[in-house]
Amino acid sequence: MTMGTVFALLGAALAALLAGVGSAIGVGRAGQAAAGVVTEDPNKFSQVLIMQLLPGTQGIYGLLIAFIALTNIGIMGGDANLSTSEGLLYFAACLPMAIVGLISAMQQSNAAVAGIALVNKRPDQFGKAMIFPAMVETYAILALLVSILSIFGVAALH
Amino acid sequence: MSDNKYIYAVARIRSKELTLLNTAFMEQLVSAKGVSEAMSLLAEKGWSTGETGTSDFEQMLRSEEERTWDLIAELVKDMSVFDVFLYANDYHNLKAAIKEACSSQETPGIYISRGSIPVDTIKSAVSERDFSRLPERMREVASKAMDTLLHTRDGQICDAMVDRAALCDILRAGKESGSKILSDYGELTVATADIKIALRAAKTKKDAQFLKEAIAPCDTLDHTRLIETAAKGEDEVLTYLSGTVYSDAIDMLSKSASAFEKWCDDKMMDSIRQELYHPFTIGPLAAYILARQSEIRSVRIILTGKANDLSEETIRERIRATYV
Repeated sequence: MTMGTVFALLGAALAALLAGVGSAIGVGRAGQAAAGVVTEDPNKFSQVLIMQLLPGTQGIYGLLIAFIALTNIGIMGGDANLSTSEGLLYFAACLPMAIVGLISAMQQSNAAVAGIALVNKRPDQFGKAMIFPAMVETYAILALLVSILSIFGVAALH
Repeated sequence: MSDNKYIYAVARIRSKELTLLNTAFMEQLVSAKGVSEAMSLLAEKGWSTGETGTSDFEQMLRSEEERTWDLIAELVKDMSVFDVFLYANDYHNLKAAIKEACSSQETPGIYISRGSIPVDTIKSAVSERDFSRLPERMREVASKAMDTLLHTRDGQICDAMVDRAALCDILRAGKESGSKILSDYGELTVATADIKIALRAAKTKKDAQFLKEAIAPCDTLDHTRLIETAAKGEDEVLTYLSGTVYSDAIDMLSKSASAFEKWCDDKMMDSIRQELYHPFTIGPLAAYILARQSEIRSVRIILTGKANDLSEETIRERIRATYV
């Protein structure tokens, strides 16, 4: 086991960890708001459930990046002996998803909580209420793309 | 993370806001043919009119007030954040207990049940003159007011002392809450009470000593100037107010006391309306309590007006602005 492999694994772990933490916090916050709405009006369950799930996607993206990174590193079968510079490159490739995943999930939950309040008062505006938290998703997707392209790019180097 | 504390509560309050009475409904109530029709409209809105008949609308209003507090108690674990709304009741109960103890006569129905301290604690502390049972903030004024009443038999100065202590506590609790809405509530409550006291004292030609016992300091009014002008006369108070943030109230003050009361309530409503768009913090909960208190006050005005055959126009002039 080389230091390069350790750095690469650390990057993969951070992508799953930070994005997962952000999603857990985000889904939890939106869930509190959703529960408040459903307590008063159970008919709004399906609408608020969708809003609650929106901050959960970052955790899935983090998992995807971790999986791709682990496959390319060779930890999930293959040769896992990376040089330090290769390991650091994988580490850097995972960072966009890790950091943007954490922050965007938390910010998206703020927008989701506000969107749930909107649905609560104006259920007919569900589509518009969805758009506000969905806008935050853009940045998580951009980070996901950068991380994927970087991992494949680093893999092509060696 | 403290933002997370009230997410569930605020979401539930948003649903409850849908049941608040709006301007159109208030207009319907004003146009109702009598108390009975107004009560039927309120029953349709879910108000607990019960089976007591139309004469007992006070019972209905008390029950609605209790429902508001019961809901808030269900949503918030630490109710002490809302003590700022209950201090006035505590001090009202203190005044009642002092007067009862000094006159050795029990008067039924003079206590307000909803306070931050149980009524029985206040009653026993005063009747046994053991003020250590009261919170520290009330001890000194309780003892001083009781001594004053016993020595001078002047109920007015006793009331003024206790009311001033209540105002100081409301201001302090509002500031210490860390919530803008509660802080604004404290400031506006104290400032408007000071204005009312100053004008009433100027009309009845009270001396500066009485004013010092009655007027509480606050941030938006110069305490000393208000006392000085009130000792000189009504016009001086109004001239002083024209240079403060309360200059808008001068027309209302010149009109009538009830017009000024309405102005105060409407100003409070304006300042809390921004809470309709805050998804976190305690602000929307505090705003809901104030909105419910205001709508209960408006309904009381309408029903009392209907019971006394006041014209729709007179009632309409007095009802408060609605939150939604």
